[in-house]
Amino acid sequence: MQTDPNPKKSKDSPSNSDSTESTQSASPFPDDVLGKVLSFLNSDKDRSSVSLVCKDWYNAERWTRTKLFIGNCYSVSPEIVATRFPKITSVTLKGKPRFSDFNLVPQNWGADVHYWLVMFAKVYPFLEELRLKRMTVSDESLEILATAFPGFRALSLMSCDGFSTDGLKSVATHCRNLTELDIQDTDIDDFNGGWLSCFPENFGSLEVLNFASLDSEVNFDALERLVSRCKSLRVLKVNKSITLDQLQRLLLRAPQLMELGTGSFQQELLPGQFGDLESAFSNCKNLRTLSGLWEVTSVYLPVLYAACTSLTFLNLSYAALRSVEFGNLIAYCPNLRRLWVLDTVEDKGLEAVGSSCPLLEELRVFPADPFDQQLHRGVTELGFVAVSRGCSKLHYVLYFCWQMTNAAVATIVQNCPNFTHFRLCIMNPGRPDYLTNEPMDEAFGAVVKTCTKLQRLSVSGLLTDLTFEYIGKHAKNLETLSVAFAGSSDLGMQCVLEGCPKLRKLEIRDCPFGNAALLSGLEKYEKMRSLWMSSCNVTITACQQLAREMPRLNVEVMKDKESDDSQADKVYVYRSVAGPRRDAPPFVLTL
Amino acid sequence: MERASAAYENDLNLKATELRLGLPGTDESSEKQSSRNYKRSSPEMDNSCQKDEQKCVPASKAQVVGWPPVRSYLKNVLHQKNDSDLSGMFVKVSMDGAPYLRKIDIKVYKNYPDLLKALENMFKCSIGVYSEREGCNGSDFSPTYEDKDGDWMLVGDVPWDMFITSCKRLRIMKGSEAKGLGCL
Repeated sequence: MQTDPNPKKSKDSPSNSDSTESTQSASPFPDDVLGKVLSFLNSDKDRSSVSLVCKDWYNAERWTRTKLFIGNCYSVSPEIVATRFPKITSVTLKGKPRFSDFNLVPQNWGADVHYWLVMFAKVYPFLEELRLKRMTVSDESLEILATAFPGFRALSLMSCDGFSTDGLKSVATHCRNLTELDIQDTDIDDFNGGWLSCFPENFGSLEVLNFASLDSEVNFDALERLVSRCKSLRVLKVNKSITLDQLQRLLLRAPQLMELGTGSFQQELLPGQFGDLESAFSNCKNLRTLSGLWEVTSVYLPVLYAACTSLTFLNLSYAALRSVEFGNLIAYCPNLRRLWVLDTVEDKGLEAVGSSCPLLEELRVFPADPFDQQLHRGVTELGFVAVSRGCSKLHYVLYFCWQMTNAAVATIVQNCPNFTHFRLCIMNPGRPDYLTNEPMDEAFGAVVKTCTKLQRLSVSGLLTDLTFEYIGKHAKNLETLSVAFAGSSDLGMQCVLEGCPKLRKLEIRDCPFGNAALLSGLEKYEKMRSLWMSSCNVTITACQQLAREMPRLNVEVMKDKESDDSQADKVYVYRSVAGPRRDAPPFVLTL
Repeated sequence: MERASAAYENDLNLKATELRLGLPGTDESSEKQSSRNYKRSSPEMDNSCQKDEQKCVPASKAQVVGWPPVRSYLKNVLHQKNDSDLSGMFVKVSMDGAPYLRKIDIKVYKNYPDLLKALENMFKCSIGVYSEREGCNGSDFSPTYEDKDGDWMLVGDVPWDMFITSCKRLRIMKGSEAKGLGCL
């Protein structure tokens, strides 16, 4: 561990409280001791606090920080980062606003990692890990990554765009010490699976390999050899092109796997192959996570049963299972902590969850047919209530449904008062309680009153300002709030801005909040990471006023083609020490 | 099907032939609880006219960009469902006097009353299941179906499970036409 090259004068004589030299630092520790102590600090929040104590501590902290976390890539610049932190080996960078996942942010908006990588290549030659979320990454950037950092080990790309399988070829070819290649939710130019064959024949260091979101077929022989060589492989998530008998062969090579993402289950197996697959699964004694399972049908589910007992995370979001077959499967998973399913399992399936998974902490129910305007199948409030009854440890829920009642939500939070993440999406915008026809205000009122640890909340349904009054009054630990098609007036947004002391991210769309609401948060926005407001009632003039009065905020506006000149259709406000973006495309107006 | 076409020719249901926007069964006066204007539509979503009875927005609204908030990545994967998989059995439903046919997934319903209720909602009429005691329950329409052999049968005779595997299409006949099938 390298210490500060400019040690302070009192290095060998720790000053005591009687010291009259007020110009000298007050730290009682020699530098290397302080540095050693601080090197144990991992949490960014702790390190931030430490750096504010005094100049010495600030310096000691910056010399000992190795992991960099930047939640908004535009809040700081590569130059500032490089100057402050000399010894970084691991970087996490997040780019676009979350609503870009739902096509609300145009292409070429920004968040390009390129200039970051150029700076890192100069200043952090010992960079080992890079984790990117919602960033644009070009093949050229991947080439730099692959060649500029000889010790590079872990690459994780979540919801990124801009690269192709050619970029992956560079990584596979050049990163001799790669332990992790994790590509998730990524829509890229998938030319062919040849990238996988670029791992050298003597390369065997992979611990994590996830290419589930790529479509094209890889060379199976190359994959099988790679898996055999990587003795420490613990996470393997293959793509749909891998068939069942190929999967069986991979499992034989890697029975030590802890996380498995299967390929497609569509193959028609002969009876002998069925038995082979079943025993391959039961041979994987360390399996904790299972995902993939494309096109799985009830006939093939039993091969998984043996592996299910030790599972803690089951991700069925690509498997359209019905309630009966799902119920049969879930009965084998008593140790489940996290479950992601499609709503094809219906309420009956969720009842089975309630009775089979007493340790469940997280549930996500995704809509199989989110645009089904007609039949509104899927799950209802009954399924949610059933889970809450059986799973008292539940604290994270993401639930898509077509109908909900205030009473049901009240019951749910009574059963599970420890929610930290409550994300309810009633899929028809502005839908009231379907039994009483009243707004869903009382539902979310119950959530914030009962769940004092609530950190993240997504609201939906017909909501008046009352919901936001409740949130402002009770949600004292709330950090992230997502609002759509809700509220009656500016008062709603004002309540939240005035009331939630820990609010960091606020994203709003299609709500009747206007300029008064926007401007009521003047002081607040500097304490937050960002604010997103789209299709509300905010004008450009108000945004300009905000920008004028708060110079340390970046206020960016994007306009829709059809709207009139004064409307600020999409507003993105975030604090930054780097000043306005230098790479903003023409459709992003920086005020 | 001669019988069906005869029904159409003899019928002077003027409302059905009236020119208007909207699918059969929709009411002009759909409830509007919210006056929000969902003017934006996404080019990548299906913009076909959607019937809506339960929501409080105009029936002809186009889908909203980025709603529901499901990632496009997940969306694309989910829509690659097989036609032959077990997750739906869509049959055509025709109603005497209506110019358009509808399609429903009969696997969604648990029993006959469920199915009939849905059909009544869809076509805004009262449909009765035939029973030996009550006839067609005094209603104007009776439901019939074409089975695997191509025969037209009265809905309600066979157990529900047998019905859903043998039903190929449904036809809601006017009471007077269904006389031959047992209604009076």
